[in-house]
Amino acid sequence: MIPAQFEYERAGSADEAVELLGRADDAKILAGGHSLIPLLRLRFARPSLLVDVGRLGDLRYVREDGDRVAIGALSRHADLARDAALAQHCALVGAVAAGIGDPQVRHRGTIGGSVAHADPGSDFAAVLLTLDAELVARGPDGERTIAAADFFTGPFESALGQRELLTEIRVPKVADGVYLKYTRRGQDWATVGVAAARVDGGVHVGLASMGPTPLRAAAVESALAGGAPPADAAAHAAEGMSPPSDVNGTAAYRAHLAQVLTRRALEQLS
Amino acid sequence: MSILGNRVLRKEDPRFLRGEGRYVENLPLEGAVHVVFARSLLGHARIGSVDASAARALPGVQVFTADDVDVPTYGPPPFPGLDAGMGRPPVAKDVVRFVGEIVAVVVADDRAAAVDAAELVAVDYEPLPAVVDPREAANDEVLLFPDSGTNVAARSGSPEHDENLFEGCDAVVTGTLDSQRMAPCPLEPRSVAAEVGADGRVTAWLSTQTPHQDKMILCGMLGLDPSQVRVVAPDVGGGFGAKMLGIEDLLVVWVARKVGRPARWTESRSESMVGLPHGRAERLDYTIGGTRDGKVLAYKVDALQDAGAYPTLGAFLPNLTALMSSGVYDIPKIEFEGRSVVTNTTTISAFRGAGRPEASQAIERALDDFAAAIGMDPAEVRRRNFIAKDAFPHTTVTHAPYDSGDYEGALDLAMRTAGYDDLRAEQKRRRDAGETTQLGIGISTYVEITNGIDETEFGEVEITPDGGAIVRTGSFSHGQGHETTFAMIAAERLGLPLEKVTVHKGDTDEIPSGTGTYGSKSTQIGGSAARIAADGVVEQAKKLVGDYLEASPEDIVLDQAQGLLQVAGAPSKALSWGELATRAAEDGRLGELKVTEEYKAAPTFPFGAHIAVVDVDTETGRVELTRLVAVDDAGTIINPLIAEGQVHGGIATGVAQALYETMVYDDDGTPLTGTFLGYGFPSAAELPSWELAEQETPTPRNVLGAKGIGESGTIGATPAVHNAVVDALAHLGVRHVDMPANGENVWRALQEAKG
Amino acid sequence: MTKIAVTVNGTRREADVEPRTLLVYFLRNELGLQGTNVGCDTSSCGACTVLLDGESVKSCTVLAVQADGTEVTTVEGLAQGDELHPVQQAFHEQHALQCGYCTPGFVMAAVSLLKENPNPTEEEIRHGLEGNLCRCTGYHNIVRAVQAAARAGA
Repeated sequence: MIPAQFEYERAGSADEAVELLGRADDAKILAGGHSLIPLLRLRFARPSLLVDVGRLGDLRYVREDGDRVAIGALSRHADLARDAALAQHCALVGAVAAGIGDPQVRHRGTIGGSVAHADPGSDFAAVLLTLDAELVARGPDGERTIAAADFFTGPFESALGQRELLTEIRVPKVADGVYLKYTRRGQDWATVGVAAARVDGGVHVGLASMGPTPLRAAAVESALAGGAPPADAAAHAAEGMSPPSDVNGTAAYRAHLAQVLTRRALEQLS
Repeated sequence: MSILGNRVLRKEDPRFLRGEGRYVENLPLEGAVHVVFARSLLGHARIGSVDASAARALPGVQVFTADDVDVPTYGPPPFPGLDAGMGRPPVAKDVVRFVGEIVAVVVADDRAAAVDAAELVAVDYEPLPAVVDPREAANDEVLLFPDSGTNVAARSGSPEHDENLFEGCDAVVTGTLDSQRMAPCPLEPRSVAAEVGADGRVTAWLSTQTPHQDKMILCGMLGLDPSQVRVVAPDVGGGFGAKMLGIEDLLVVWVARKVGRPARWTESRSESMVGLPHGRAERLDYTIGGTRDGKVLAYKVDALQDAGAYPTLGAFLPNLTALMSSGVYDIPKIEFEGRSVVTNTTTISAFRGAGRPEASQAIERALDDFAAAIGMDPAEVRRRNFIAKDAFPHTTVTHAPYDSGDYEGALDLAMRTAGYDDLRAEQKRRRDAGETTQLGIGISTYVEITNGIDETEFGEVEITPDGGAIVRTGSFSHGQGHETTFAMIAAERLGLPLEKVTVHKGDTDEIPSGTGTYGSKSTQIGGSAARIAADGVVEQAKKLVGDYLEASPEDIVLDQAQGLLQVAGAPSKALSWGELATRAAEDGRLGELKVTEEYKAAPTFPFGAHIAVVDVDTETGRVELTRLVAVDDAGTIINPLIAEGQVHGGIATGVAQALYETMVYDDDGTPLTGTFLGYGFPSAAELPSWELAEQETPTPRNVLGAKGIGESGTIGATPAVHNAVVDALAHLGVRHVDMPANGENVWRALQEAKG
Repeated sequence: MTKIAVTVNGTRREADVEPRTLLVYFLRNELGLQGTNVGCDTSSCGACTVLLDGESVKSCTVLAVQADGTEVTTVEGLAQGDELHPVQQAFHEQHALQCGYCTPGFVMAAVSLLKENPNPTEEEIRHGLEGNLCRCTGYHNIVRAVQAAARAGA
């Protein structure tokens, strides 16, 4: 309904954002607000200070950078969905952006905000993990690059420090990538999401909503590396995972969906 | 040419399109305090103490607990057989029985301050075991009302059973139809504003479907004389059966009187999801038997109705289910026994269809089940059991007095529109090819009861000084378009252009009585009342015109096309309504052109046939509804544009129950689907466009020849879609899928069939 | 309190707001523009949809302070005097509203949708309106209205 009270500061630069985050232990970044504001309204989050980075236009971009594509963390889903460079070099990311939430959400939500929120059901999180993306963060000690494999540390927990701001996401150029998800309704979070992509000569597979964080389907990947055909490899999709049971599905159903969607995703990879 | 039966655009649209809807939340109320309710987060607990000290310490905040609120226990309503001991204290006293029950009333100068303060109210609870599943509640182990000695709030039907009920049947099939709990989800959350005037009169603005009934309850509960209370329902953003006087309405009025300032409250959506009554939650165990030629000989239903924590209308609805359990079929023997039990959940009340969707869901599933058992096409089984077109009026063995029907006509039309044979051919093709996505075709042929309670509706027509007309109605449209349809009815009878006829509703000071709008009755009794009142005005007008033109009233005729009252045979001797009104006003006789009618009529039985086509992904269980063909016969239609809109919305809700929505609680009574995020309310992306085909079989039971239509779409659609999903998987051994019949429920059914 | 200046329906409005004030409540309570409605608390229903710098957004999920310096269009800003916007007119002609509560949100979402996709297919319309919920109409006539508005060149 109505959020609890908080202080508000607007950052004019990434460095200023970092400095402002230091003013309170529980200060939070406000980017598009579509992960944070819903929590504020239900009073599930009660930060004493919000640092608004929404005006940092220089963090909104898509650039080719050698064999990678650099995406500004404040790029909105709507921007990524129609970005020509992204479509050319890493279409999977643009396709995922086009399917997040609904048009209104896509006009505000940012890739950085979505990823930093670290929802285990996040489409972007699963895809970035699959692509072995690099996440660039600016903090009081300067800039550092975090591998996607190290970024998602728990449900709604990331490797970002409380005073760090995600500034850029770097993905490899990938010609061949698929993301399939099962949702109850179009605008819902994935009951299970599967990303499959050819990266560095191998096939990577990542899953959303199959555990406390997005997960790589390691057993599938090693089966594929060993020459198994898609259907056989996909049978391993849920191996080693403890998917949650909730109103969207039981653990058993999720495990089943993971297998089916993994097989379909692999079959769609050319 | 009559305006009736035409697709007339709505008169009420402009304010809604421009964002000028007069919802309660929008009404100005100078100096009002804001009310927020502190609500229980536990499903069943004893209340040790309520500590409001921290809340009261905030500036401008007042907190009222059970000890402060001197309002008697509310309900249960006096339905026959409803346990009188199961009433609800407006503010929980000693015990909370559902998540969402009010434990304190917080009042502040603005809404944000009230929300802040409500968080600080500390309640000391002693958790009690909760009972959520009605089957468990029926064991009477955990009692919600120990003094009642049982959780059974009401019984319906008859406990008498014929051991030989299924004698002579070649095939007897049993199954269960669990009509799952749903949340009504009107887009406008409830809102109340209340003020005590300088003269001591209370005015309450309510987001309700029933302003007059609400006024009576307010007076009774708060000890007020009806002359001292005015209830106004302005614009209301949907109700669907759930918006009838709520505890919150009572408490906001109480606050206004207590604190001596106007008071207002608007619920949040998550509050509404537990605070507004839920619907359905009736579990029907059925047994159906018949001959191998497809003739149904007997049908038996054992119903378990979840009443929620505090029983109200919902506990009584199985009586309507029992009444309508025969459906469109001529079934010689039917037995129905029902129990309504309380559980630690939100109260169940009426929700679009209210007891009748459950009846059609069960009989239509049972028919398909029986058809499968004897290896007969479901359309053919239906044909062999329809009540014949020439057999009306027909009273079923369940005592439902059907007026008129053409069930086979409806089914034929639906099947032709759907291209049934082509669909079966495509189904066969996919089955033979073993395709992953299978096709399902589901049929429902349904009948329902509208204007089912013996109610009298108020209607009044008055000519205004400028020669226009006001229609006053006790009906209360909250989306159904009465400002257009009732105006059309009066305009036609009076011979006035539509722009000159205005409909007034919702204010108990202006409208002396009314039954509000629910149960698909308003056109039948409200519209008819308006028509008869309009005719009465014409008769009165003839007397005045006779006086003015020196002719006998019997010689005055109304030329409806021109709106002229003229002397028969001498058309130049005529007065328009405007001229008549002017002269009458000059003579102080304008009041003679005001006529009141109180109208009642017998129930009517709209019917129809729906055919649903689904694609089912047999690997993931995902169901996509690709087509829904609907024939909904409601007799004479005043405005097809508006009637179709009612059917469209009704179908969407019916489909939602079949495929998307279910209100889920955990074992402690905590709702797991208590927001629009978790609750599966479908968007346009989940649904196809509908295909409506027309059929009109009038009824002799009211002057308009009209039956209700508001709930038909819902009642017809759910079973058609449910049957379609089972049909898609029948060749894989699936006989049943739980609703919502989608995703995991489909997958589980497939797993079970594989054995 | 934070000072903001927002251009709403073409008029610059200045105010001092608590940071926690949602844009929808700023519009409704501070500016008296009550056409934009609140239907839920999980950013699901879209009844609060307005245009922010020409794009549809859910005003319940935007803080008023975030709207500082932007141009906001609400449903009240669509009609030109007596003349309804083509989308509003199409909703009227196609009977795409019943209780009216979701209508301003749908109208604004449709305006934005048609701006980005002037000739949408039915499927594109249905997916483009995924962020708006209606309980009364079953969406059938809303889709017809958007199609009619598209034909009218809205």
